[in-house]
Amino acid sequence: MAMSLSKVKKQRRMSISEAHNRVKNLAWTPSYAQEALKYPTDYKFSKAPKDTMKQVLRSYFNMQEEKDDRVFGAMDAALRGNMFRNAQPRWIEWMKLFLGIIPFPEISAARSMAMLSNVVPNDELKNGYAFQMIDEFRHSTIQMNLKKWYMENYIDPAGFDITQRAFGHCYATTIGRQFGEGFITGDAITAANIYLQIVAETAFTNTLFVAMPSEASANGDYALPTIFLSVQSDESRHINNGYGTLMMVLGEPDNHDLLERDIRYAFWQNHCIVDAAVGSIIEYGTKDRRKDKESYVDLWERWVYDDYYRSYLAPLEKYGLKIHHDDIEAAWNRLTKGKYVHKVAQFFATGWPVNFWRIDPLDEYDFEWFEKKYPGWYKEFGKWWEHYRELSTPGNDPIAFADVGYVYPHRCWSCLVPCVIREDMVVDEVDGQLYTYCSEQCRWTHKVAFSDNYNGRPTPAMGKFSGKRQWEEVYHGWDLADIIKHMGFVRPDGKTLVPQPHLHFDDQKMWTLDDVKGYEFKSPIVTLREMTPEQREKHIEEYHAGFTIH
Amino acid sequence: MSEAQTTAEAHAKKFSGSNSRKFNYFEPKGRRATLYEDVTVDVQPDPERYLLQDWIISWADGKPAYAEEWTKIESSDWHAFRDPNGEWERNHYIRQSSIEKQVALTIESAQQEGVFQNIDKTWRKVIQDHFSASKHAEYGLGMVFLQAQRDGMSQMINNATLVNSSDKLRYAQDITLYLMDLAKDLKELNEDAGKENWLNNPVWQETRRVTESFAAINKDWAEQVFAVNLIFEPLVGELFRSGFIMQFAASHGDYVTPAIVSTAEADYERNLAYSVEMFNTFLSDPIYGDNNKNVTQEWMKKYVPMCVEAANQLQPIWSQPRVKVSTFSDAYNRAKERFNSILGQINIKIPEGVKL
Ligand SMILES: [Fe+2]
Ligand SMILES: [Fe+2]
Repeated sequence: MAMSLSKVKKQRRMSISEAHNRVKNLAWTPSYAQEALKYPTDYKFSKAPKDTMKQVLRSYFNMQEEKDDRVFGAMDAALRGNMFRNAQPRWIEWMKLFLGIIPFPEISAARSMAMLSNVVPNDELKNGYAFQMIDEFRHSTIQMNLKKWYMENYIDPAGFDITQRAFGHCYATTIGRQFGEGFITGDAITAANIYLQIVAETAFTNTLFVAMPSEASANGDYALPTIFLSVQSDESRHINNGYGTLMMVLGEPDNHDLLERDIRYAFWQNHCIVDAAVGSIIEYGTKDRRKDKESYVDLWERWVYDDYYRSYLAPLEKYGLKIHHDDIEAAWNRLTKGKYVHKVAQFFATGWPVNFWRIDPLDEYDFEWFEKKYPGWYKEFGKWWEHYRELSTPGNDPIAFADVGYVYPHRCWSCLVPCVIREDMVVDEVDGQLYTYCSEQCRWTHKVAFSDNYNGRPTPAMGKFSGKRQWEEVYHGWDLADIIKHMGFVRPDGKTLVPQPHLHFDDQKMWTLDDVKGYEFKSPIVTLREMTPEQREKHIEEYHAGFTIH
Repeated sequence: MSEAQTTAEAHAKKFSGSNSRKFNYFEPKGRRATLYEDVTVDVQPDPERYLLQDWIISWADGKPAYAEEWTKIESSDWHAFRDPNGEWERNHYIRQSSIEKQVALTIESAQQEGVFQNIDKTWRKVIQDHFSASKHAEYGLGMVFLQAQRDGMSQMINNATLVNSSDKLRYAQDITLYLMDLAKDLKELNEDAGKENWLNNPVWQETRRVTESFAAINKDWAEQVFAVNLIFEPLVGELFRSGFIMQFAASHGDYVTPAIVSTAEADYERNLAYSVEMFNTFLSDPIYGDNNKNVTQEWMKKYVPMCVEAANQLQPIWSQPRVKVSTFSDAYNRAKERFNSILGQINIKIPEGVKL
């Protein structure tokens, strides 16, 4: 039919709230067959939330398409502007890790909306979960596309080319799998509401999706910011879903124990995992050492401490919830006094042969910046990074096997990040088996939170830690070269390694399987379990005392 | 940074791996991997493929994050299926957004031209009572798929189901918004009548029963895809959309409703295509094909009679419009043909004793 342009322009604007009021009436209460309760929860639900976000798919789809137009336009523009001519390889290399992990947690978030939709008896929230599901499908696939784009346009595609295989094998990505699997298993509210929405999305997405982009642009990467800020712009919907859902369980005093448990577990584990990964990437994946640049702990203080803890989490106490203030303090202390991020980065660099990206040695500019931002840094880490630089040419021992004084860490059974703050490592038994933890909170997570009862009440819906949780255990007693081959971290010539402890794009300077043959890999936990009680006690004491780099 | 390195551009240097510019961990369906495959395959990992440490958090009952036993379908390769529609976020939003723009523009134009006033009175009532009732079925199925997309054994399966959910929810909302606009011009139109009919009018009760029964299926995502897209849609959903609305609207002065319904018809063609492809993969499985055939026979025994009943209950609607364009039995015969041709596409037959 014909319609003049002026008429199109005069279109009556759809009132979103009028539309939303009708859309929520699409649901009905079934009377012929009850919906299957597919996913377990120990939570009870009370009154309906107010202020759920008013939204309809019509305006949503149009808005998202426009966002995409901007994103894809910017990627084209980046190529036309020869972005990779000036982008820092040190940075892009870490994207092999970051983008190796993140599409799985994203799509897991989409999957977890099924769980909320199944257990939460509120049609407006179900409407919200549908939007979040589609958003997360967006995030996962748009990030996969960014990764493909790096692979096609960056000087060294190795590591991007094996990405999803690497995700399943790598000793670092296991940490990301703990994160993503946390959204999709166990108690539906614990997983999809508290762990995902209330903590990961409300507290930590700023560090993920705002801090990462600004570091990317400082390193000449204009593509990542476009995509991740666009992803971040969807988060307010998810935070709103999270809050609405929380309000439905908060009103029920019976849930307060569970909420205390879940917020504690989720906050601590998000801290362990997100700070380890994002902190390392931002601090060690950058060439930008401007003195006035904020450090990761500065960002954390603003986004996690002020914006989240003080303005969101602590006020929940007025509903009768117990918030573990001491944990926020403890996380802060781990990041500052404990130098958590630096110790994790050191661990990633120690294990470079079993990674699938390159880790650039640090130089004097890096040293200077770290010392300024984290006084005492050089004394603790400087010498080790000098060893790393010296040992980065093939023919040397891989640093993990060289005699530099570093002790390969135990891994935490809960968060899967190694116990890098040595004095905090805890050992305990659960069901007669011995485990190591990075912290008291992680011990509590495994032994108390992930148990079939809590505070004397049964919690039959809670998930269980499972699988071969410790990557090191899988390869206990293997030769390093065989591990790398088994993981598939070998370049197409069949001998050159995907990971390299440097940025030399030159076959002569790159490590091959021959350079890593003859080193036997040991799992710290297997070794610990094999010890006599006396040996073990001595070992733990030494571990707590730390190590000295010579 | 290393002294020699001056640019991070592709092909600036030649070294081992410098030309490895394709994801190399999966077998593309065709000669080259599509963009859809690149952004989809293996994002949901699998211990059978690359998940070295297995799933590391399980359900309380010990089942892994993705459990094969959630469906009665068995497969020797869950990752063989690829969505023939190749949908990922980019083309999904482009498609959904263009449908929404087209629908909005059609309605807008109709309002400007004042054509709603020309719609036949008997047909207005059909829209108000029955077209409006159908939005609840569409919504209910959208929610079934929203939950099914959690549980499938591959990223390809779950993303196809997710898109199916998005389609259904969009269409249900489109009908809702259409009625809202219609009610602005046709003051006597009762926006609540659709839900009232859905809940209480006998002609819709069997449709509601079968829709609710799909939501009652416990975790068998394949059963839900099969039952909705391969049984319900041809026998009930399409029967109503194309066998009734599309046939009758024009003769009653209504060109807007068919424009909306045609978007659902196009959705269904695509969702049918992935469902046929998926079940062809399952039914031709070299090891489990026979088991899967038996499973689908059981599903047909359960759902075909329910859908036939639901279809027959809708019959009175065909006599409500003023102009009798075609009969219910014509429409139902076409639905049966459609259903048989779908079964032909996946090479199975209706179980003995099950009548259409
Ligand atoms: Fe997301
Ligand atoms: Fe831990």
